[in-house]
Amino acid sequence: MRWALPLVLAAAPALAVLPDEVLDDPVLEQRARDLSEGLRCLVCRNESIDESNAGLARDLRLLVRERLVAGDSDAEVLDYLVGRYGEYVLLEPTRGGANALLWGAPLALLLLGGAGSAVYISRRAPRAEDGLSETEEARLAALLDGGTVSGGTVGGGIVDGRAVGDGSRGDGPLGDDAVDAARRDHT
Amino acid sequence: MFVELGHLALVLALACAVVQATLPLVGAHKGWAGWMAIARPAATMQFLLVAVSFAALTYAFVASDFSLRLVVLNSHTDKPLLYKVTGVWGNHEGSLLLWVLILALFGAAAAWFDGGLRETFRARALAVQAAVGVAFYLFILFTSNPFTRLEVPPFNGEDLNPLLQDPGLAFHPPFLYLGYVGLSMAFSFAVAALIEGRVDAAWGRWVRPWTLAAWLFLTVGIALGSWWAYYELGWGGFWFWDPVENASFMPWLFAAALLHSAIVVEKREALKAWTILLAILAFGFSLIGTFIVRSGVITSVHAFANDPERGRWILVILAVFMGGALALFAWRAGAMQTRAVFALMSRESALVANNLLLAVSSLVVFVGTVWPLVAEMAFGRKLSVGPPFFDAAFTPFVVALAVILPFGSLLPWKRGKLDRAAKALWPAALLAVAVAGLAWALNTGRSLAGPVGAGLGAWLVVAAAIDLWARTGRGEAAARLGRLTRLPRADWGKAIAHAGLGVTIFGVGALTAWEQEEIAALAIGESLTVGSVEARLDAVDRVEGPNYVATVATLYVTEGDDVVGVMRPEKRVYPVARMPTTEAGIDNGITRDLYAVIGDPQVGGGWAVRVYIKPFANWIWGGCILMALGGLVSLSDRRYRVAAGARRAPRAAVPAE
Repeated sequence: MRWALPLVLAAAPALAVLPDEVLDDPVLEQRARDLSEGLRCLVCRNESIDESNAGLARDLRLLVRERLVAGDSDAEVLDYLVGRYGEYVLLEPTRGGANALLWGAPLALLLLGGAGSAVYISRRAPRAEDGLSETEEARLAALLDGGTVSGGTVGGGIVDGRAVGDGSRGDGPLGDDAVDAARRDHT
Repeated sequence: MFVELGHLALVLALACAVVQATLPLVGAHKGWAGWMAIARPAATMQFLLVAVSFAALTYAFVASDFSLRLVVLNSHTDKPLLYKVTGVWGNHEGSLLLWVLILALFGAAAAWFDGGLRETFRARALAVQAAVGVAFYLFILFTSNPFTRLEVPPFNGEDLNPLLQDPGLAFHPPFLYLGYVGLSMAFSFAVAALIEGRVDAAWGRWVRPWTLAAWLFLTVGIALGSWWAYYELGWGGFWFWDPVENASFMPWLFAAALLHSAIVVEKREALKAWTILLAILAFGFSLIGTFIVRSGVITSVHAFANDPERGRWILVILAVFMGGALALFAWRAGAMQTRAVFALMSRESALVANNLLLAVSSLVVFVGTVWPLVAEMAFGRKLSVGPPFFDAAFTPFVVALAVILPFGSLLPWKRGKLDRAAKALWPAALLAVAVAGLAWALNTGRSLAGPVGAGLGAWLVVAAAIDLWARTGRGEAAARLGRLTRLPRADWGKAIAHAGLGVTIFGVGALTAWEQEEIAALAIGESLTVGSVEARLDAVDRVEGPNYVATVATLYVTEGDDVVGVMRPEKRVYPVARMPTTEAGIDNGITRDLYAVIGDPQVGGGWAVRVYIKPFANWIWGGCILMALGGLVSLSDRRYRVAAGARRAPRAAVPAE
């Protein structure tokens, strides 16, 4: 087994960015690193050339630095690489053409879902027949037979507990009508 | 011999699952109690049979039985015992066996823990669970049989992928599967409810603990995977938006949405149809994840078993179960009328917003993951969708979620007042702004991630404390402090999990924004400086491990005038598998990790050495642990135990697994 070792060591990949690749100019080096993070190592499964240990990734890193030293702008470096390797090399997909669908998807999905949620929530909003409406609350207060309480609820002294209470003691609808009428008068 | 027994047990488990998937369903339909009653013993039996099968395979691995193809491909006699055992699931066939083991375990657990389920409902749910099992037993037996023998066994095996020979990754798959597969229970409950045509508060209460359990296992599984990537891959990344990571993240997001919407069903009997749909989708995305991992249609760093034939099988399983469940949903969902009412400003609305953000963000991850496939098939463009897209498209959802979370957790059910919640939350907002401002002032980079992460983190953690305090009601501080300890566990779980989210967001923001790195070729005795840290290379040694050879560097590290200590990053080579791995030297700290990696000898002499300062790295996983802990505390809430304890006696009679 031991004979295999040198072989394996020879084949062992290097560490991502190597000391000898680093540019002397820190600004250029930083640009190179930022660009590298957005470029795919083509022979790896899903790694950027900044992370990858593969030989091709090293070649690409050196290429990026070469172009930067030659005075290319970031966009020119990317164009150069896309021209050579296709858009597969870009980890950040372009926004043109069909990719507009990809970039538009988050907002479109959110709007769609948001519209659905809004409709759902608005349909769940309390309506008169669900729960206690103001009318019913007034009636409840009246039934509790506290003059001050019901007066407070409906507001003002026009509807006093006794008057409403009398109406509702007879039958329901009449009571509602009485309160409604009273409120109309009041407002 | 034992191996054949395991094989036979697997076939018998299939037979058992077929019985469990059919008879109880018919029984529930016709109202035959005897047929329904078959479900529970069948679920137990099925689990025991798969357990035997799994034990047989484990035995073959431990005993290094090289007449088994799987053992030859994934084991070696020199491998430490721990990794012989974990090697069982470190491959496609064995991991599928673990998959069905957990599937059967959940089914059996639903049979054991009573929870006051209706007999018809339990029969149907267990039948659906078994139907999923049938599909996977057939898949294993016909395409991925772990018990395939070799005619001429070799003398030794080809060793397990060295990357998998690591404690972090050894236990990453079981937790992940407990999560993935655990969601099958929510799926079975949803389909059973659709068949029965009845969803009520009780259904919400039954489905929630299973979802909570699956979610917390998934949280632990994902965190383990991320932690492993951090210390093992050699440059301290923690999340790569790799398709396979996304495959586990999408169900996690759906499960998170589901466990929130199930609360609404339980407390308010609203969001019923949506919750059913979420339960179906959560498991559906687990299946999609399985497809992504095992079919090889999408390239990923997780090379598993890239076999189109298997991919087709999983696609068929996916189509049958998702298609069937969604068709059933379309047919029955209309019957689930919600009578509950609530105002725009209410807990219900906030949870709808939570669900909207979680579900849409999950779909965004899905779109990004499958886009390369779509673009190639539909537009003939071969392109990549990498971290830059996901960072840009996903982060806003997290930010929005974190901003509204505290309001939602403080708003009362039915009808609330935003200004009242806002009034309670002002200390949190004040602190969040202060922390974000401080972070901004200290910010050296150009990134917004640091201040935003710090602000949101403070906002969530303080708001969780305020939420808990608000639950104690009114009165004197001492009395409220006393009540704090008597709050329901669910309240504590909620606060802990929400605070955990804040801690994770802070960790991610801080690490993304403030990482520092230095790389140099060092000869022995030379040193490099990163930030205020100086690392001196004292020695490089060759060390022999049980089944690898390592190059170990000794770095003497000082920070200012303080001695940090010695760090020993390693580079290992596994001769049998012919693969190198890096073992980073990490000095863990609360405010920062020091992270050192040793590379190759350099042409000009010396060794390539890299040292990083990773601020607040551990907070990322600390937050995940808090989230999982919150889930666990919530799971122990009295309302689940009361329901489960109604018939404690029969459960005690069931033998422990």
